[in-house]
Amino acid sequence: MNGPAGHIVVVTLLLCTPPAVAADIPLDQRRSSYADMTPENKAMQDEDSSNPGMLAVLDGGALWNAKAGALGKSCADCHGDAAESMKGVAARFPAFNQSGGRPIDLEQRINLSRTQDQKAQPLAFESKEMLALSAYVAMQSRGEPIAQFDDPRLKPFLDQGRGLFNERQGQINLSCAQCHDDNWGKHLAGNVVPQGHPNGYPIYRLEWQSLGSLQRRLRNCMIGMRAEPYPYGALENVEMELFLMWRARGIKMETPGVRP
Amino acid sequence: MAARTLVNLPKTAKRGQVIEIKTLVSHMMETGFRHDNVGAVIPRDIVTDFVCTYNDAEIFRATLYPAIAANPFITFHTVATESGTITFKWTGDNGFDAEASAHIAVE
Repeated sequence: MNGPAGHIVVVTLLLCTPPAVAADIPLDQRRSSYADMTPENKAMQDEDSSNPGMLAVLDGGALWNAKAGALGKSCADCHGDAAESMKGVAARFPAFNQSGGRPIDLEQRINLSRTQDQKAQPLAFESKEMLALSAYVAMQSRGEPIAQFDDPRLKPFLDQGRGLFNERQGQINLSCAQCHDDNWGKHLAGNVVPQGHPNGYPIYRLEWQSLGSLQRRLRNCMIGMRAEPYPYGALENVEMELFLMWRARGIKMETPGVRP
Repeated sequence: MAARTLVNLPKTAKRGQVIEIKTLVSHMMETGFRHDNVGAVIPRDIVTDFVCTYNDAEIFRATLYPAIAANPFITFHTVATESGTITFKWTGDNGFDAEASAHIAVE
């Protein structure tokens, strides 16, 4: 096959080849991004006294017991010992909120308690207090498997999240799935592409030199894709969080995770 | 919120044993080289000194600089000589001051 006609045939064949469709990672191959870290990173996370996320957990424990708001009540006044009452809770969020008619994530649930039950001001996303409190609550689920998210009311939101995950977006026309479903374990520049499971949030990210929420991470990824990130608290972010948690069902929680 | 510290060293050790000490302190370590959204320099705010004493004798000292990451993690070794208290003290810009201590039993 020589000449222009031959080239056209080749090009046509390439165009006819179905595009690589993002296939879900088989359940038995799903693993925490912990597996992709260096031994040094793992050591930081493994030992509470070298995990900088634990500094925020200490703050969170103090906030849990601190009186707040017009009613002068602390989290502990209603929920008691977090080690018991909050065990496994973070592994079940985002959860459906009846009054709002939509799923809310752990941070939003904390703020709901603050505004409704404590009559206190909501905490800002990514504020030191919110990160500390959510880290403290989520740490109580350490070692617990992520839930199945089979509440039928969550289904439409989970499907929306799946759509956002698979949708090409931004200036470089990339989807989340192209990296995290199709190319996990390979390298992007010097870094291993992780499967992208949300089992360690809020994480202490070395690049950030601070703790950050899953929504921060999602916005961070979208900026990297040159897409417009959704604002903090937006339903789209929660739908993506929900889809990611469902996708990671069964994986054990590691909060506060340390990531590079 | 006050600074948080985490220290890790063995509770017991044999006399003459080399022990590892790990310390972590919460601090943003603002370098002084960054600018805010209107171009003003964000002033330096770092931990500048770390001192460890073993029964009041200084056994380790470090000077910290702006290139050190937030929440400085300092680990070092010492020889367990006698039972007592190992004290850690961090000081820095804007009167930053944090202290932690741990007891060690040497047999």
